[in-house]
Amino acid sequence: MIYKETGQYKSTYQSDHAIFPLMQDKVAFAILMIIAFFVVPFVVDSYWEKAILVPFLIYSMAAIGLNILTGYCGQVSLGTGGFMAVGAFSTYKLMTSFPDLNIMLIVIISGFLTALVGILFGLPSLRIKGFYLAVATLASQFFLVWLFNKVPWFYNYSDTGQITVSERTMFGIPVTGAEAPSYATYLFCLTLVVVFGFAAKNMIRSKIGRSWMAIRDMDIAAEIIGVPPLKTKLSAFAISSFYIGIAGSLYFAVYLGALEVTESFDIMAISFPVLFMIIIGGLGSMLGSFLGAAFIVLLPILLKNFMVDLVGLSAVTAKHFEITIWGLLMVIFLIVEPHGLARLWSIAKEKLRRWPFPY
Amino acid sequence: MRLKKLFMGMAVSVIAIGSFLEVATADLKFPMLVYRTGAYAPNGIPNADGFVDYYRMINARDGGIGGEKIVFPECETGYKTQVGVECYEKHKKGAMVFQPMSTGITYQLIPKATADGVTVYSTGYGRTSAKNGKVFKWIFNAPATYWDGASIAIRHILKQNLGNIRSKKIALVYHNSAYGKEPIRTLEVLAKKHGYKLMLLPVDHPGQEQKATWLKIRKSRPDYILMWGWGVMNSVAIKSAASIKFPMENFIGIWWSGSENDVLPAGAGANGYKALTFNAPGTDYQVHKDIKKYVHEKGNASGDGSHFGTVLYNRGLFQAMVQVEAANVAQKMHGTSKITAAMYRDGMENVNLDAKRMEELGFKNFSPPFKNTCENHGGSGLAAVQQWDAKAKKWNMITDYMYGDSEVVSKLIAEDSAKYAKEQKIALRCK
Repeated sequence: MIYKETGQYKSTYQSDHAIFPLMQDKVAFAILMIIAFFVVPFVVDSYWEKAILVPFLIYSMAAIGLNILTGYCGQVSLGTGGFMAVGAFSTYKLMTSFPDLNIMLIVIISGFLTALVGILFGLPSLRIKGFYLAVATLASQFFLVWLFNKVPWFYNYSDTGQITVSERTMFGIPVTGAEAPSYATYLFCLTLVVVFGFAAKNMIRSKIGRSWMAIRDMDIAAEIIGVPPLKTKLSAFAISSFYIGIAGSLYFAVYLGALEVTESFDIMAISFPVLFMIIIGGLGSMLGSFLGAAFIVLLPILLKNFMVDLVGLSAVTAKHFEITIWGLLMVIFLIVEPHGLARLWSIAKEKLRRWPFPY
Repeated sequence: MRLKKLFMGMAVSVIAIGSFLEVATADLKFPMLVYRTGAYAPNGIPNADGFVDYYRMINARDGGIGGEKIVFPECETGYKTQVGVECYEKHKKGAMVFQPMSTGITYQLIPKATADGVTVYSTGYGRTSAKNGKVFKWIFNAPATYWDGASIAIRHILKQNLGNIRSKKIALVYHNSAYGKEPIRTLEVLAKKHGYKLMLLPVDHPGQEQKATWLKIRKSRPDYILMWGWGVMNSVAIKSAASIKFPMENFIGIWWSGSENDVLPAGAGANGYKALTFNAPGTDYQVHKDIKKYVHEKGNASGDGSHFGTVLYNRGLFQAMVQVEAANVAQKMHGTSKITAAMYRDGMENVNLDAKRMEELGFKNFSPPFKNTCENHGGSGLAAVQQWDAKAKKWNMITDYMYGDSEVVSKLIAEDSAKYAKEQKIALRCK
């Protein structure tokens, strides 16, 4: 009933190839965007901003990036933390070297710099694949984190290796630094995520995305039909790193404001969680990137608030429960649907179409 | 499908309720960022227990501070910065003071708390240059800083060598993080002054893997080792030092590397290991008697009560005592028991814990006296050396409380805080 496509005729190829071919989807998405852009900014407080929305958006960005590489192009990467560190440290260096540069520009340049590093570390993918490639990207994780910790130039010779953001504004409103209002940082991240989310979705639906998927599904066959593996794999690395770099840049400049590389970009802090996000959310699915980020970032907070504030457990007991329940849920979701939350959603849509008269 | 929707709805409402529940408290709120889980739990648990027992004792004995009950919601950080931010945002409303118990989280909170107007009290850790109250209005790190600690350790070594350490080699084994890196610059400046050779040996989080570090130590044989470690790193380092037969009396830890948990795993091998401290160990103080009477005997001990009187438990008592005293001072200054976060900061800035006041509070000879002023948020900078007796399983104080190299340290603090003030465009206070 709800997802009834009867009567929705497409008379042009364009409308047939729209991102949301169904009217219901279009409306739902439009409502979501209106709420996100015009309602949330007026009601968001600093807890929702700093603990929930901004991290969710940033991790979604990173998950989109990794999904392009792993989900669409089939190249397993454990280097996400290292690439995010590149984004963060480019941002820091750009901010301190060019104090007048606009923050939006800094974030995007950081993305490009990360893309360059991504191409460099993508080179081994031309020779090795699968688990072996995962090990090679793992090396990039350790190397980059070590580099930013070892070479003091990257953190401007500060005593402790901490990098601290200074205040930058968009249209006169601070978006980085401690004085930035909640709505500003939220809107800044949201805009970037929405714009680049659409860009990614469109890339995936065009030639470049199809060639990624061809490489993913069978690289030899893809090569025979004329998909150049060199260009395709490296473009996936570059674009994926661009997204991850932007996520890293936001992670530092907007979300944390001060960080040190060994702790904040640790493999257990970034690389594995982001990989889990796309596995739980759904490999090769845009929606999956968001659902996965929500699962990994928000569920622990949700469980904690539920157990501590409503049930009244002590903080430490709640933590132990949280770890257990979170792990259990992860296993359950993967057993119920190995293709991730995005697949569950599409099954749900299928069911909604027949509701209330399933056959 | 309905289930899923129900679940999602529940999810949203739980987060929402969670963020609003905290508002409706009229008491004095001292949120606690603790870590009773993870790689740093062995140190986090006794410290947190010290806090909780002290607050409970004050609530039970005095009915709170000036009649206002203390509430101290715990938030488990696992020593993780991101979780620390979440905890801070959750509890900052109406909070008097945050004690992050992590240098990383402290760095994170310095700009945020300054913007929000909440006091951060990092007792002997965190950013050293926060001692300069002219720049760091809301941040306090009394009674001593890492740079004091580094120079006190060097002073102790100097004393043992009759003032000449020109040919000595000193190694710093440090947690490879902002915390561990804090003393490096001071040690480098002091190396120039005293002519010793400094060796830097980082240990990565969480600190279990130290084989390479100790191999290097075996090869290059430093005369002294200083350690800036935390959590499991401490005990692994002390065990490793014992196993290569490094002379333990030449191995000196900072005050966070000198608790029972750190030395006990090494057994007899740890005998003679030294650590700095700014509070005494033991249970012979009035405050311990009060805690026994009002908390433990009523069955209200935090945790299992087994950490009573240990180094980190006692440090927790000290930290909690200073926080409570700041509220006391603020109430007197402003003539009201219902103080705000801004009034609390004034109280913290005017804390004056001389010997007499310490005795009144039940902390006689527990810790050297100190006071905060507008310019000085870092207290006295006094610390002593304690040594581990593995047979008796106890720490013995082997020196008096001594000052660091204030000439070197205060110059470094002025430089670093000036740099920060310039970066963040902060106008200096206290003219």
